[in-house]
Amino acid sequence: MWDIAASFRLAFGLITGADPELWRIVSLSLEVSVASALIACAIGLPLGALVAVKPLPGRRALVVAMNALFGLPSVVVGLVVYLLLSRAGPLGSLGILFTPPAIVIAQTLLVLPIVAALARQFVEDAWQEYREQLTSLGVSAVRAVPTLLWDLRYSLLTVVLAGLGRSASEVGAVMIVGGNIDGVTRVMTTAIALKTAEGDLPLALALGIVLLAMVLLLNAAAYAVREWSVKHHG
Amino acid sequence: MASAIPVRLEARGLGVQLGSVRALDNIDLAFEGPVRIALLGANGAGKSVLLRTLHGLMKPTQGEIAWSGEAAPPRGQAMVFQRPVLLRRSALSNVEYALDVNGVRGAERAARARDALARVGLAHVALRSARTLSGGEQQRLAIARAWALRPRMLFLDEPTSNLDPPAAAEIERVIGEVHAAGTAIVFSTHHLGLARRAGAEIVFLHRGRVAERTPTDVFFRSPRSPEAASYLQGELP
Amino acid sequence: MNALVARFLSRLTAAWIAAAIVASLLLAGSPWSAAAEEFITVASTTSTEQSGLFKYLLPEAKKALGFEVRVVAVGTGQALDMGRRGDADVEFVHDKAAEEKFLAEGFGVKRYEVMYNDFVIVGPKDDPAGARGDDVVAALKKIAAKQAPFASRGDRSGTDAAEKRFWKAAEIEPKGAPWYRETGSGMGPTLNTASGMNAYTLADRGTWLSFKNRGDLVILVEGDKRLFNQYGVMLVNPAKFPHVKKEMGQKLIDWLISPAGQATIAAYKIDGQQLFFPNYKPGT
Repeated sequence: MWDIAASFRLAFGLITGADPELWRIVSLSLEVSVASALIACAIGLPLGALVAVKPLPGRRALVVAMNALFGLPSVVVGLVVYLLLSRAGPLGSLGILFTPPAIVIAQTLLVLPIVAALARQFVEDAWQEYREQLTSLGVSAVRAVPTLLWDLRYSLLTVVLAGLGRSASEVGAVMIVGGNIDGVTRVMTTAIALKTAEGDLPLALALGIVLLAMVLLLNAAAYAVREWSVKHHG
Repeated sequence: MASAIPVRLEARGLGVQLGSVRALDNIDLAFEGPVRIALLGANGAGKSVLLRTLHGLMKPTQGEIAWSGEAAPPRGQAMVFQRPVLLRRSALSNVEYALDVNGVRGAERAARARDALARVGLAHVALRSARTLSGGEQQRLAIARAWALRPRMLFLDEPTSNLDPPAAAEIERVIGEVHAAGTAIVFSTHHLGLARRAGAEIVFLHRGRVAERTPTDVFFRSPRSPEAASYLQGELP
Repeated sequence: MNALVARFLSRLTAAWIAAAIVASLLLAGSPWSAAAEEFITVASTTSTEQSGLFKYLLPEAKKALGFEVRVVAVGTGQALDMGRRGDADVEFVHDKAAEEKFLAEGFGVKRYEVMYNDFVIVGPKDDPAGARGDDVVAALKKIAAKQAPFASRGDRSGTDAAEKRFWKAAEIEPKGAPWYRETGSGMGPTLNTASGMNAYTLADRGTWLSFKNRGDLVILVEGDKRLFNQYGVMLVNPAKFPHVKKEMGQKLIDWLISPAGQATIAAYKIDGQQLFFPNYKPGT
């Protein structure tokens, strides 16, 4: 039997005690999550914005597809990436299965639809407001994409955070393509899964608390940035 | 800055159909040189649609528009809207953006932007965030942005309708300066005072048609069309 | 300056470049990067991982061999499939029949018996089915007769294969019976489920000893010779997969069967109890 207070104490002890294994796991989690969120945003934000402003044939079907991919089952993505990166698969010679780059690839594929769909929604709403003026100035729809993305940067920060949150909380796909190798591809989420499987629930919960704290800190930072921006830019 | 060839805009048989509504109906208009046109009419008469169609934001369903004298769209003419849409950046940056999009870069871009701000009296807020400026300042910034592009003709859609009297007076002054520098002005408004002072001619629209086109002082003394007369007496909305 | 910076940042290319730079910097700092040391990939089982053996054994192996041993722990069936795809260099599992099939298919080079542990049946301490004793087949018959809840892994693991052999020996087909719960998961999760349901289950002693969420479960059946669980190690066939790290893989195998390696295995204890018993015999 365990109690939640014990887990909190354990979590606190792990953090303050600077347990090296914990910090290795935390820093790896941050690296792969941030990297995949960044790449997904670099592709997904402009992509979503482009779909929002440019009338394309089959646009409605594209929007429906983008929104549907929101709920892409992560184990499916994990399996597909695994088959691609496996030695027996087409990209096997890259030799990146069971390494952090494989995790980044899988997580990027999961975060990308979310970022693109959300960006599309934000930009489409804003485009109603900006369209006339920008067109009048001679800005084409495509040229408007970077302008809108920058002008909406504080709202889009929410989208980036959503992507980062999705990335940091992924377990299934990371387990499959990473292999949960101790010291190499063991991240917070897979470590929690392993400790749970081993029945070491207090430690699993403690790790969960650390993970939550990490995500909370990121969100608090973003909130502060938004507050500052409203004051500064109106 | 003024070119030897006067700018000329001609609309022939212009018609715009919006759904089931005939917003513009068989409009013939010609503007030549640095005109000062005030567009008047009741709500729904078609002022905004006409401005947008002449500017090129809307496509006519009938008739045609012809430009000459270096003002052919898309550039050579600019538009200022009732509510200015400014980017989340400094005032100066907003003007530079418009120049950049139109191929003006580097030192020339910086110089023209600063010059435009100075001419509308906003040099002291050049680095302030545009969205924190007052309503009047924002509208002046919108004019500066359009003016920096050196348009031969400037369209303004109810430029003072959202402003209080002091701010409106500022805009009136700026519009005067833009015209004095050689740009033709075509603006719509409900402010009869602005129309009287800033417009040399009145074009009165009624239900999508041109009811009359008259020099300003004549229009206000005795308008030719019965619709304009009703409007001036406050009997049309 | 502010205007220029803002403009530059709004450019699409800048965002791409920034993301790419940051991403590659982050990845370059990771333990995997090219500058990192050499390693081999071993496909092994969740029961070996969850018993804590690898946490203890791998650092010792690294000291002895000079390279990193990376273990991917999945069920035995999945571990062997990894070998069939060439995603592992060495196999370290516990299902003799499946391993011999693997060899026969030409995916492995040679099988060495390294160590054994035993299975036990755990169940609620008041033992409603009366399974306690040293006869696994009799115990299963009693559990089936009483229709007592039984949690099964059902995941093609070595443990699962053994469990199915015992049911067969008892001439009972439990699949589909309402009291027979297939979790489709590893030993730990299955024990969690058994603990939560107060059910019987077959577990390897190693995982059981390091399992911390026992609830009311205790060991009820042990000591039956049939509960003996043999672990074998194989090099994945480099003839089939030229990229297999055969020298390092063979070095690992040689170490595991060496007196030093065997002693290291024997030295792993939980609460003073030895979990795995080295039993390599040269010439087998």
